[in-house]
This record gives sequence, C-alpha cells and structure tokens, in this order.
Amino acid sequence: MSLDQLYQQIILDHSKQRHGSGLADTEAPTGTSTGQSHQLNPVCGDEVTLRLAVADGTVKQISWDGAGCSISMASASVLTDLGEGMSVEELHAVIDNFREVLRSRGKVQADPEILGDAAAFEGVARYAARVKCAMISWVAAEDALNQATA
Amino acid sequence: MTVVSTPASLQQSVVPAMDNAEVLRIRNDFPVLDQLVNGKPLIYLDSGATSQNPLSVIEAEQEFYEQRNAAVHRGAHQLAVSATEVFEDARQTVADFIGAQYEETVWTSNATEGLNLISYALSNAALWAAQGRGSSALKELAIGPGDEIVVTEMEHHANLIPWQELAFRTGATLKYIPITDAGSLRLDAAEEIVGERTRLLAFTHASNVLGTINPVAALVALARRVGALVVLDACQSVPHMPIDVKDLDVDFAVFSGHKMLAPTGVGVLYGKQELLDVLPPFLTGGSMITTVTMERAEYLPAPQRFEAGTQRISQAVALATAINYLSETGIDRIHAWEATLGQRLVKGLEGIDGIRVVGPASGAERIGLAAFDVAGVHAHDVGQFLDDRGIAVRVGHHCAQPLHRRLGLTATTRASTYLYNTTDDVDAFLDAVSGVRAYFQA
Repeated sequence: MSLDQLYQQIILDHSKQRHGSGLADTEAPTGTSTGQSHQLNPVCGDEVTLRLAVADGTVKQISWDGAGCSISMASASVLTDLGEGMSVEELHAVIDNFREVLRSRGKVQADPEILGDAAAFEGVARYAARVKCAMISWVAAEDALNQATA
Repeated sequence: MTVVSTPASLQQSVVPAMDNAEVLRIRNDFPVLDQLVNGKPLIYLDSGATSQNPLSVIEAEQEFYEQRNAAVHRGAHQLAVSATEVFEDARQTVADFIGAQYEETVWTSNATEGLNLISYALSNAALWAAQGRGSSALKELAIGPGDEIVVTEMEHHANLIPWQELAFRTGATLKYIPITDAGSLRLDAAEEIVGERTRLLAFTHASNVLGTINPVAALVALARRVGALVVLDACQSVPHMPIDVKDLDVDFAVFSGHKMLAPTGVGVLYGKQELLDVLPPFLTGGSMITTVTMERAEYLPAPQRFEAGTQRISQAVALATAINYLSETGIDRIHAWEATLGQRLVKGLEGIDGIRVVGPASGAERIGLAAFDVAGVHAHDVGQFLDDRGIAVRVGHHCAQPLHRRLGLTATTRASTYLYNTTDDVDAFLDAVSGVRAYFQA
C-alpha cells in the first residue's frame, strides 16, 4: 500500500476545490426541509457542519463548513457531488456502502458503480487511524438526512 | 614552550559530550527501535508523547514477576518482604533523582493523576476545614469563593482541567498568564495577575508544544510574595534535564514514568512534607489507614496517605531501573545533547519554505522538540507523509487546545527527541519535511 494510493489525485483536488463548502453563505432552497449536523473528531480536531435540504424525496442541496485534513475535506466535497440529486433512499444506501468499505480494513472493495468518485477513498480503509477522517462528513450527512426526513 | 598541566580533579570532571557514535550504542539497548516501518528504518521522534524502554527496564519488570511478585506492605512471607524492599528502594531512587525526601515521593499512575490528586486534596481541605476536621493548618490551605487559581496559556490539558474543576468545586476564579507571540510567558503580566487573592500557581516547567523552558525561580518568587502554592508540571523536564525540587522551591511537582524510559502506569508526585502530611487524601481505601471504625478512618502520613489500594509495583521498580539508565548516561549530558538536537530541528525547519515553527526561534533556549505548521497542509497529512518514510511524529493539538487557539492554529506537527536520537535522525526528518508541500501540491 503506497502513499499515492491513499492520496489519489482526485482526493488532493477535492481537498483544495471543496464542492459544497460555504454553509454560512448559502441559503437552503425554498420549499425544502432541512437537517443540520455538526461532527467533531476530538482526537485530531477535524470538524464538519453539514446541512442537507430535501424536497419530494430528493436531496436538493448539500452545504457544509469544515476544517481538517485533506482526507476529511475531500470526502465532504465528493459527498456533495455524489449526494445532490439522489433520492433519500439512494443516499442512505450509498452511505451504508461507503461505511462498509471504509470499516473493512481493505477486505471490501469499493464499487465505482455505487460510490462514483468516493471509490477513491478505498485506500483509506487500510489506514485505521484515518477512517474517521473520511467518515466524518458522511456521519453528518446521515444525521442531517434523518432530521430532514423526520 | 610552556606546558600547562590540568589538576587531576578537573580532568575527572570533564566528561565528553554525547555524540552520534555514543547515541548509536545507546540505541542498541532499545529493542523496539530496531525495526522497519513501511520498509524504512524507524526514526522515532515522538518521545514527548511516550518514550521507549531499554532492555534493562523491560527485564526489570520481568524479573519482578519471575522472582518477587507479591503485594507490598502486607503479608509476613518472604516474597512480600522482597517485593516491598524493591518497591521502597525504587521510591528512594526517584527521590534521589529529583532531590526530594523519601516521604515526599508519592507513586501515582501518571502525571495526570498526580495533578488531580493535588486538586482534590485541596478541595477536600476546604471540606475538612469547614467541619473542623484535621490539622488547623488546613484552614490556610482551603480554597474558596473569591480566591484565585493561576495557570498559563501554554498548559497541557492535564495541568489545566484539574484547576478548572477545582475552581468549579470551590467557587474560586481561574486566571491565565498570557504568552508572547514568541512563546514565552509574559512575566510583566504575571506580576499583575499573581495577586493577593492568588492561592495557587500551576505551570509547566517546559512546554510540550512550544519547547519553552519557563523561568521557575521568577514565578516561584511571584507566588511566595502572596503566599500562593506552586505546582510544577515537570513531565517534559524531569526526563530530560537535571532537576532539584528543593532548589526550585516548588510545593508540588509531577511527572510520568513512560516519558522517561519506564513503562506506562506509573508516575510520581513530589510534595513538600509539611503539606503532604496535613492534606486530606484523594483516593481512600486499603493500605493508607491507621485505624478504621464503622464511622470513620484515620490516615497514615505521606507517602502511604496518598497510595490507596494495591500499587503499581513492577512499574515502580522498572521506573527506578530507567532512572539508573539515565543517570549512568548522565542527565546533564542528555540535556546538552537534546538542546543540540532541538536547535538543529528549529534551524532546519526555519529554512524550509512555508514552515512556521511555534515557540522560541533558533538560537533561543528550548528543549529537544519542535512543533510547526505547514502552509496549506494539515498536520494529519504531514504525519502520514512522514510515517510513509518511517518517521514517527505527533500530530494534532497535543492536548493543548487553548494554546493552539492562542497561536491561531488547530493542529501542529511535533518532532520530539530523546537520548537515542542522532543528528542524522533530525536531518532525515528535515529532508522529508522539505518534500511535504510539493507532495500535497500546496
């Protein structure tokens, strides 16, 4: 397992061009119901606040603010691209799949058909100390999704 | 031609400074350091978090379990006598190492427990004094509403939260001595802050993040002026430099064994005897009492007063072995060597684009560690990059969140050295750091 498999170019790119970043300056679309979740990893200080807007069973917008390592920031950015436009059920399924891959210690391969660009985080599964970095925004999204659809 | 002869006494006192050759011999004593990490020889630069054990320390713990294992201070059998003997000898070794008396040297689990012990003993003092229990001296030690506890902005959480909680329990106010941008305590401000209402001043001897060595004498003088107690966090000093608690004239000092070549699970609290003998205990139970009735107990004097329950015996014995190892090498020589490594670290880091070292600049005194920020790269990623090259460092807030907030950072990367690190280790680290920003395209 080389460092380059952990830090794939797509992850480095998303860690700099953070799609969906800027929660404080972004209004939720009118007519949507929203949920918002703040997640903190006290070990490393990674922090994400993520808001998710849902209407007619579809995720209309994901918006977040955060501070942390490249893995955690890129993961939130990729999640934004992937999740917007999905049905609530689809996003739940994708989050479950992502969690399964990340917690497998490398035993479960990522399926790009399901995870899209998020399959690039497959390498993180082999670095136990970094799994939480990749998961933090997905945990926030799951929580926000549950709130928005409650 | 003039021949100048040196007196024999002087010749003996000149011990050569440590060098890489000696360090490599020392390193052979540490089994864990002889391994590959990610296919590269391990370079361990995280001794500020926890240090490694020489074989003699590992064997001392094993020898205890193979030859002497028994509960101390009880039992009439030979094993119990033998265990008690080495356990109490170990206490004397620690006491001698820091210039304390045997009775003033209390075993704890670690420095954190030691600081909590002081914090709880002090709030218990207020409870006892209010009910007329114990020595009349407790009235003077009791902390209450209107009183002030002073700490600094550079404290580790272990020397911060116990005082926040003591303030909460007693109604006292917590105040902070600020730091300069260069990472030193502002003594001008300290003079104002340590005032008539100050009952306790707690500070670190050497910062685990900044590397700053604080002026103990000046701070103790401020505390003495107003009759405040002084608590010294010696976690980053006792393992690395000669310390004499009587010279420093602090009331309490704490440190952890695992940061000084010993196993985890053992630490030390030093306290002046007149204080330890009157303070109420923190933990209560077996092994620390004289008489117990159904209503109440009377307690032994220090150190047993603060050592409730079965002690960490093998770890204490191993800590004494670790101290012997440090003393044989010479703690003053270790201090000088690490000062060299610390300067080399800072000077090298200062020469790399986009690196901001926190704490004193090169040339100014610091211990053998350096923490830094890399522009555009999070500390976690820096640590991962270095680990890939076999270099172990610490990343994060190093249990000092208020300090990092003060520095305008959330996380830093820290390289910390010990007697088993060479200048080549430092150079390999610096070479790796110089490649970090390019790798992450920052």
